Amino acid sequence: MKKYGVVAIISIIVLALLVAGGCAKKSGQAPQQNKQTTQQSKITLSGSTALLPLAKQAATLYMDKNPKVTVNVSGGGSFTGLRQVIEGAVDIGNSDVAAEKDPETAGKGLVDHQVAIAPFVIIVNPDVKVDNLSKKQLADIFTGKITNWKEVGGSDAKITIIHRAKSSGSRRIITDLILDGKEFTDKAIIQDSNGAVRKAISQTPGSIGYIDAAYIDNSVKVLKYNGVEYTPENVYNKKYTLYAYEHMYTKGEPTGVVKDFLDFVLSDEFQNNYVEKLGFLSMKKMK
Amino acid sequence: MSVKKQKIELYIQYLFLLTAMVVTFTIAAIVIFVGKQGLKTFLEVSPLEFFGSHKWVPEQNHFGALTFITGSLLATLLAMVLGGPLGIAGAMFLAKIAPRPLTDYLRTVVDLLAGIPSVVYGWIGLTVIVPAIRDISPTQNGFGLLAAGIILAIMILPTVLSLAEDALRSIPRSLEEASYALGATRWQTLWHVLMPAAAPGIITGLVLGMARAIGETMAVQMVIGNTPLFPRSLFQPTATLTSEIVMEMGNTAFNSTWNNALFLMAFVLLFVSLGLILLVRKFTTPKEEGR
Repeated sequence: MKKYGVVAIISIIVLALLVAGGCAKKSGQAPQQNKQTTQQSKITLSGSTALLPLAKQAATLYMDKNPKVTVNVSGGGSFTGLRQVIEGAVDIGNSDVAAEKDPETAGKGLVDHQVAIAPFVIIVNPDVKVDNLSKKQLADIFTGKITNWKEVGGSDAKITIIHRAKSSGSRRIITDLILDGKEFTDKAIIQDSNGAVRKAISQTPGSIGYIDAAYIDNSVKVLKYNGVEYTPENVYNKKYTLYAYEHMYTKGEPTGVVKDFLDFVLSDEFQNNYVEKLGFLSMKKMK
Repeated sequence: MSVKKQKIELYIQYLFLLTAMVVTFTIAAIVIFVGKQGLKTFLEVSPLEFFGSHKWVPEQNHFGALTFITGSLLATLLAMVLGGPLGIAGAMFLAKIAPRPLTDYLRTVVDLLAGIPSVVYGWIGLTVIVPAIRDISPTQNGFGLLAAGIILAIMILPTVLSLAEDALRSIPRSLEEASYALGATRWQTLWHVLMPAAAPGIITGLVLGMARAIGETMAVQMVIGNTPLFPRSLFQPTATLTSEIVMEMGNTAFNSTWNNALFLMAFVLLFVSLGLILLVRKFTTPKEEGR
């Protein structure tokens, strides 16, 4: 009998918590809906995981300044963000890729707000002797035409490509910038994040791939692209061309607090003090 | 029993009934949702292409999932080949050969093995096993089925081992003693008497190990290479159902054919798991005859 009692009590507690949780959610929603008619006090963002740190930082700073406003940021991937903003589930959809380029998201009334610049770098395993690759050489490597380092002036060693999945925003950007729309060879190793790509390249002899510049560290070697070294200055004066804009999309022109929040993200204060620290480049310094 | 107690018992019965209904409903909802979303794929892709082709080029509307299905099955098979015998041997040792204190100690170790998060296994795979395989591999990179198989073999070990050990321990002592009395050696007793008697339990362990291996995602994803290339050798990078779903789900648009195809792959996985569970039920349900 004793055992029964214990099980029953635990079940009741769990059930009670579930019910209470449900109620709390309901009671929490009610007043917000009332406020919304007068002034919206909640902003929701979702999408790109690359943009997530920047969005979170902006949200924290914005809430400090406007204590009455709640800013909710979540990840989920660029397409999740785009879909949710189209459906009206969130106010802002964060994306690495331009929505106009995809038939699924083009022409759905999205308004683009470019909030930062994301530079990419080509990295190789430290054992690779090559220091610089041109766009043409990279395209030949990535499409599988060149498979040995000696063909681009290195030692006689096989090239292993390590990069991102077919649906990845970074992969799409590199496809646009370097391959002019041609496809990557399938003979590659795929990892699902910048960190994993860097780790795999640091361990695999003769490997090459691309990552966001924010992930550069000593474990891999960064190549020059078309003879230009990656530095923020070289991106700002447009000598280094491997970069893309990060987007925050709204459905229709933003109004009220959503507009105010986007203005804050694009303000001198945020762009100059925080964007570079978070691994992106400032919209303000672009020439 | 007092009336009050009887009433409480009735309430508890209702509570359990409710819980059971919630669980059933949840499972039905998952199957229906994943199935509905997944089967939409067939509006644009023929089942023949999905199950029969290994051409996965979503940008050009080629959705052949054969690579991933084969990858999942081969990785699981490899895990069974490497981990199965090891698990059974370990169970035999722990149940019938090892002295008591050693058994207690080793059981703790095995339980610990079961509790390690799969990302840790993946990390070990990436930093130890992949480089080790690279040295002997003709392809110079080390990612692939072999790495995944080794990691999975270690991961299913606790499942196979504890279930097989329990099965061996639950055999009536009289059987063993009768065997010894007939003059059988310890090995003869183990192999010809105890193993057949414990077979249903051991097979259950193996099947549950398979269920774990086929559904495992994180560790496999870190070492298999995730390339949509049909597996033609142990050393070549390829992909499994789980790894492909986790790599692409977040970045594809909901309701697009690409996304639906991923749901369909999840549905296939669900079916395989269901099949394995039914298989286990077949072995564990006591036979009705003789009642």
